[in-house]
Amino acid sequence: MIECKLNIQLEGFKLDAKFTIPDKGITVVFGPSGSGKTTLLRAIAGLEKGDTGFLKVGDSIWQSDHNFVPTHKRQIGYVFQDAALFDHLNVEGNLNYVIKRKTGLTKDFIDSNYTLLDIKPLINRSTVQLSGGEKQRVGIARALLTNPKILLLDEPLSALDLKRKNEILPYLDSLHSQLEIPILYVTHSQDETSRLADHIMLIEDGKIIGNGPINEMLTRFDLPLSHSGDAISIFDARVMSRDTDFNLMHLEFKGGQFIVPDNKLPIKSLVRIRVAARDVSITKKKQTDTSILNIFPAVVEEMVPEGDAQVMVRLTLKGVVLLACLTRKSASSLKLDQGLSVFIQVKSVAILS
Amino acid sequence: MLSELDVSAIIVTIKLAFLSTAILVVIGTPLAWWLSQTKFKFKVIFEAIIALPLILPPTVLGFYLLMTLGSNSPLARVLESFGGSSIAFTFSGLVVGSVIYSLPFVVQPLQNSFSSVKRQSMEVAATLGASKLDRFFTVAVPLARSGFVTAGVLGFAHTVGEFGVVLMIGGNIPGETGVLSIAIYDHVEAMEYTQAHLLAGGLLVTSFVMLIFVYLFNRHFSIMRYKD
Repeated sequence: MIECKLNIQLEGFKLDAKFTIPDKGITVVFGPSGSGKTTLLRAIAGLEKGDTGFLKVGDSIWQSDHNFVPTHKRQIGYVFQDAALFDHLNVEGNLNYVIKRKTGLTKDFIDSNYTLLDIKPLINRSTVQLSGGEKQRVGIARALLTNPKILLLDEPLSALDLKRKNEILPYLDSLHSQLEIPILYVTHSQDETSRLADHIMLIEDGKIIGNGPINEMLTRFDLPLSHSGDAISIFDARVMSRDTDFNLMHLEFKGGQFIVPDNKLPIKSLVRIRVAARDVSITKKKQTDTSILNIFPAVVEEMVPEGDAQVMVRLTLKGVVLLACLTRKSASSLKLDQGLSVFIQVKSVAILS
Repeated sequence: MLSELDVSAIIVTIKLAFLSTAILVVIGTPLAWWLSQTKFKFKVIFEAIIALPLILPPTVLGFYLLMTLGSNSPLARVLESFGGSSIAFTFSGLVVGSVIYSLPFVVQPLQNSFSSVKRQSMEVAATLGASKLDRFFTVAVPLARSGFVTAGVLGFAHTVGEFGVVLMIGGNIPGETGVLSIAIYDHVEAMEYTQAHLLAGGLLVTSFVMLIFVYLFNRHFSIMRYKD
């Protein structure tokens, strides 16, 4: 577990971050620009120093009342926004910079990092010969060579165009599935968040306003994410079977089975599903004469008005929480209320992995 | 062609320039680094002091050095109480004078290059496990290498070319403080134009070659440029 209680006072800005996050998985630090995301990461790395504070990562205490461990003695991997490779060294030199300074790195460990990020083809190049995405791969490999207790990524994709982003996202997916260490990932991109996050930490004006599992953060009405026009819900599912006649596959999740176009994922593979609130509609009776395949029974948990004409409805289906965005008129004619059993129709789902 | 005195002047000059440059790089590097990094309010005062030799007549500098280093100065008395003696009119005095006189030519290019080393590069090195001193030598110095070349060449060339300060505190003692620039002056005084031509021409060509080297190495270099 990571325990953090840090206060940083900068010119015209104050960070007051108190939170705990789990030891495994990606926690996305999400918030508007200027909200203190980068400052938080820098504080954890020891690059910003507050007067008081407490920071414990795993079993090492990096900051307490009478103790401040300097950055170079913290076992962190820090990936900067623009990769920040040393231009006076080539790719190999950048990586060796770490290898020379860390004792006890085994060849297996080094090789596995290189494989994870496909470094071998780049090793002899100079840093100016790399594309933005390749630079970032080297940057991540270099950070991982420190054998970190925590990996900090500061908007690693924000400097890249869409094509480069899509090039590097699969590598981030494999970090996600293969690393045993906690990852703090700063971004203001909804796409990256919904694809990578296990947990979300919401930050606004230097304060943590929410911190928890991704779907809880996306669907809680006291937090901003459920109120944006592109509110979504996210949950995991598994590929169960395929329907070769119609070229469809069946995805099982806690609340039932989704039928979606087959995208050739192997049976049993775990996928992450995104459902947009505006793609969910509600009926009182189960419709049979409809083109929509994905219909589930659900219970209305809470509703809030969203602007003048719409309501946002949070529903549960066997423990899975979903949002539906309806017009106020529909909600009223359906007489929707808390605790009401309804059917939801999901017009489309996105598979994220 | 070259007289014995001329040869000794060349040797003294080269010895002086090498030694002064070495001392200047050793002193100038931490000084330039500090100036490039500090947020200290009164750093302009230090910058002005270091830049003084750029505009001060060398005789003024030489005069004060003589007052400081001469045999009646408090410094000389302290030296004497330790069994030493005044360093005015010695090679050591010449080195001290050269170091002060050429300081801006070494500090300013170094400070410029250090200022262009991004803070982020140093932070990256810290996250990769490099201590303060380690990251200075493995990141700041290599990134500022063009500054070192410029500083070294300028410090050397400027020391070779000094005249006023040397005249004031060196005293033109053959083999000890007799340097090239003064030897040229002596030749002209004695109407030995052939020898003056030889030495002056040699110095001209050497300086020219050294500056070509600096400009080749650092396309954006300008002696007068000052960037913070």
